[in-house]
Amino acid sequence: MSKLMTGSEILLECLVREGVDCIFGYPGGVLLPLYDAMYEHPIRHVLVRHEENAAFAASGYAMATGRTGVCCATSGPGATNLTTGLVNAMMDSVPIVALTGQVHTKLIGSDAFQEADTFGITRAATKHNFLVKSTAELPRVIHEAFYLASTGRPGPVLVDLPKDVLQEGCHYTPVTEIHLPGYKVYSEGHTGQIRRAAQMIWEAERPMVYAGGGIVTSGASEELRRFVELIEAPAVTTLMALGALPSGHPNFISMPGMHGSYAANMGMTHTDLLIAVGTRFDDRVTGRLSAFAPHAKVIHIDIDPAEIGKNRAADLPIVGDARRVLKKLIKVLEELAPYHRERNAPARAAWWDEIRRWQAEHPLEPAVSDTEIKPQHVIAEVDRLSNGEAIVCADVGQHQMWCAQFMRFSHPRLWINSGGLGSMGFGLPAAVGAQFARPDKLVFAVVGDGGFQMSIPELSTITSNGLPIKIVVVNNGYLGMVRQWQTLFYNNRLCAVTLDNFPRAEHLGAAYGLPGRTVESPGDLRPALEEAVKEPGPYLLDVKVSPYENVYPMVPAGGAISEMIFEEPKPVEEPVE
Amino acid sequence: MLQTISLLLENKPGALLRVTGVLSSRGYNIESLTVARTVDPELSRMTIVVDIDPQLRRQVIKQINKLVNVLQAIDVTDTPSVTREMLLMRVRAPRAARAAILKEAEIFGARVVDSSVDGFAIEVTGETEKLDEFINVMRGYGEIEVTRSGVVAVSLESRKPRLSPPVPAGDEAKNNHRVNKGVLN
Repeated sequence: MSKLMTGSEILLECLVREGVDCIFGYPGGVLLPLYDAMYEHPIRHVLVRHEENAAFAASGYAMATGRTGVCCATSGPGATNLTTGLVNAMMDSVPIVALTGQVHTKLIGSDAFQEADTFGITRAATKHNFLVKSTAELPRVIHEAFYLASTGRPGPVLVDLPKDVLQEGCHYTPVTEIHLPGYKVYSEGHTGQIRRAAQMIWEAERPMVYAGGGIVTSGASEELRRFVELIEAPAVTTLMALGALPSGHPNFISMPGMHGSYAANMGMTHTDLLIAVGTRFDDRVTGRLSAFAPHAKVIHIDIDPAEIGKNRAADLPIVGDARRVLKKLIKVLEELAPYHRERNAPARAAWWDEIRRWQAEHPLEPAVSDTEIKPQHVIAEVDRLSNGEAIVCADVGQHQMWCAQFMRFSHPRLWINSGGLGSMGFGLPAAVGAQFARPDKLVFAVVGDGGFQMSIPELSTITSNGLPIKIVVVNNGYLGMVRQWQTLFYNNRLCAVTLDNFPRAEHLGAAYGLPGRTVESPGDLRPALEEAVKEPGPYLLDVKVSPYENVYPMVPAGGAISEMIFEEPKPVEEPVE
Repeated sequence: MLQTISLLLENKPGALLRVTGVLSSRGYNIESLTVARTVDPELSRMTIVVDIDPQLRRQVIKQINKLVNVLQAIDVTDTPSVTREMLLMRVRAPRAARAAILKEAEIFGARVVDSSVDGFAIEVTGETEKLDEFINVMRGYGEIEVTRSGVVAVSLESRKPRLSPPVPAGDEAKNNHRVNKGVLN
């Protein structure tokens, strides 16, 4: 049965069929037919204040739920503004579908008003992209876009929509089947390889689990917990996987890498079997590759075959979905357990002793002072109020690393940040997306004063939609992470990192219509945060923290992860301005 | 090191851009690239010769195989395969040299496809090294102009591409394979 509908109506119908309830977007000339069809349509449109934030909000929505986020922008500048958000979603494997307007098909290539080669520009920014040439192919393309975004290794998919494609009428028949013969998803894992992995795991004396964002994506948290408990191995989770194992779990030994814990990095360095699941041996994790896990055999489980052996050769590769592979692996391990469990008991006990010794040697403890507010202290107080249950959206920089070190998460999908791309400005719009996705949750946007000022206009989106987001600006008056590197590696010659004239939170809040408060003394920190959480609506807290605090431990760029520094190599003089 | 990749891909706008994008984004220089429709008009066969560090060859093949429009990418550098390249050459041939040029062309199995007072147009097919040699020889006769087709390859091993079957779309999908995606606490 077919029905005569316009392209815009067909598009919205396909979105409804995909279960979309909310679009983050910004209208424009060529999208007018679509926005006309959205008038009084049940799908909610959230008007952000910049297209980049539409993509970030859609990512926040997707990361908080696992469902595909949708963003939309007009042709030309709208589409180019989206691009940073697309690359961000690509790097962190976040499922989003971006809909962009395009000039009339007859005008494409003529340098028409607000024309850009969106298809060409976003080719490298997306998992796949489409330019729709006729209304008839629209339903197939939309369903393919959602399928591609959400399956396999998820990622952003863009659909470029010329104005006439949205305008013209067409007989609509729902598409029930899509066929992408070249799109290969290997999710099951090779049975023989899984069996060999189980054997290697029981034979290891110093096993270590290295879990990444793939655990969160595939919903494998429960399997991960059972796995580490069964093999009684210490486990680290990467920046993208915080919460994949509850932070309070006895086997959890924090995050590895550049700002990871001493125990995690020493564990990675001394393990004899590294079991990597849903992770990609990022340079921020491995440090100098030649010195990374030098004594370890590597089992690498990942759904993306191109990640296997990309940075570190795998002794045993398994291509598959983390959840399905772990399930099967657990089953085989259990079968073999009676014969193997005790074989390396003394060595494994000694391994745990070592791990515990490293943990005790350099524990991750937030610095606190009576006279000034330490940034770590702010995170610790947010953590106290969250108690492992709130959604925390971070921006990029020092505060992000302190969050990763000190926030506890009892579940996955509570920690939302920009990991791979490290795009400043991500935190606030991501919180908008997360709060729309999870209206029941307490959402914190913990942001630096730099990143916050990149997305300040979203305060309008927050107040317009009554989103009760608690914004905590960890304000050191600097681009803190850049300042830290200038301090440590460029003789403290501070160049272009001072952020003067931060707007007064009380005034900024008043201007945008939300309560704002500046906190300057350690004694006021806790009451102020409690007041913010008690407030039924949004709240803006500007916390003035000590400006010269650095994130430690730190693995200097190019260093081995066992070569961490815990303080300034030499006394720091007053900054040279 | 030069590597020859044979690709089967969907004949769709942008497919070529995606493949070359994988190579250019990693800074690899393409030595030659040929592409044309197969027996099935919806598919194209592409042969790429590219200069890649031997250790990264597998990685590049995997990255190309990830592209949605690519049905199969195989490395035919070291596997049983036949590669050929075609060359068209214009050579200036004064009367005195004409007989010698024709003799050389015959040795290389080349064909004269046009003849004029000024000279010949010659077509020759073969492996890359043979064409290089032909060019060297003909240079000795004076000014030449050359157009090469780039390498085409056919694998001598039968490797059927593994194609994904159709999947349900929209409402149907929700009840099937995609339900395990969202995990809410």
